[in-house]
Amino acid sequence: MAPKKLESTFINMTIVLTCVAVVSAFSLGFVYSKTKARIQYAKEQKKLSAIKDVILPGFDNRPDKKVILVSDEYGVKLNAYVAMKGQKVTSYAIKTYTKQAFSGEMWLMVGITADGKINKIKTLEQKETPGLGTKITEMKFKGQFFGKDPANFNIKVKKDGGDVDSITAATVTSRAYSDAVGRAYNAFLKIKTTQE
Amino acid sequence: MSNWKTFTKGLFKDNPVFVMLLGMCPVLGVTTSAMNGLGMGLATTFVLTLSNVVISLIKNLIPDKVRIPAFIVVIASFVTIVDLCMAGYLPGLHSQLGLFIPLIVVNCIVLGRAESFASKNKTIPALFDGLGMGLGFTIALVALGGVREILGSGSIFDFKFVSDNASTLLIFVMPPGAFIALGYIIAITNKLNKKA
Repeated sequence: MAPKKLESTFINMTIVLTCVAVVSAFSLGFVYSKTKARIQYAKEQKKLSAIKDVILPGFDNRPDKKVILVSDEYGVKLNAYVAMKGQKVTSYAIKTYTKQAFSGEMWLMVGITADGKINKIKTLEQKETPGLGTKITEMKFKGQFFGKDPANFNIKVKKDGGDVDSITAATVTSRAYSDAVGRAYNAFLKIKTTQE
Repeated sequence: MSNWKTFTKGLFKDNPVFVMLLGMCPVLGVTTSAMNGLGMGLATTFVLTLSNVVISLIKNLIPDKVRIPAFIVVIASFVTIVDLCMAGYLPGLHSQLGLFIPLIVVNCIVLGRAESFASKNKTIPALFDGLGMGLGFTIALVALGGVREILGSGSIFDFKFVSDNASTLLIFVMPPGAFIALGYIIAITNKLNKKA
């Protein structure tokens, strides 16, 4: 049925492949330029909503635009987003991580009030075992951190001599979570001491 | 063969997953919930249909010896377009499906239909073939995702029908559960297809 196909000569193949590549490159460039702003916006919204979830309500700045960089014990820079009301800092949202998780890295957003209490915590990224380690995202586990002052609440699981109730059958994950929260708190202390 | 038959054969008789066993990687990888299956299935349908149409349009311009690279460039372009649009407009779903979107490029259903159908048929049948195969793939992913979500998480399309503390069959959310569920679904469809 087919009308004659182009023959597979060297010239034909080169021209055709080049044309195909050029056309697809142009169409991709077009789509990219159309979606670029939108992707950027979606990313910013995601970051902003994660920050808003953990800081105290009643701020009047754009916390995702006011960032303090704090390096942890390995020299990794943590982002601390500052929520302010007027000229007063109300709370920080600190993006923190741990490498001790059961699989991969775990990233959390920890909200700490200006007077050093943990406000709320949101899990940004985790690859823990479904149904076991993933319970860290449930209130039953993470709720025990909320409103606590790490000055008198040792952020370690009970097995390690701390005050954190670990999840049954997911001690490694609980330990990793506590490690990440502790890292955020240390960053907070660093901010405090440099500001005073 | 009528267009209607071309369309429906992909849904059941020649279902790409349950009968032809193609594209197993995303089938097993993303189907932890029905919603993920639906998103992945529709993204693949989009790529499959458009690449089928374009390839059947340009089939006579492509010399035989370079047809595979030319097809892959066409497919990869559409996949990147889907990837960019999804990142911009459906960021939630995009982060769930993650790496599997770029991997549609190497999904053997897409190249398989390009090579065995679109490059030998006219544009309209190629369109219906792409739609049928894509929807067949979607049906398979939603069925598998649904079974795994119901058994593993006690919910369907994120609607939870058991209490939070109920113990579900966790294995179905994990990789081994994908193989087990897929095996049973294939057995059932084979039985039904034999009767028909």
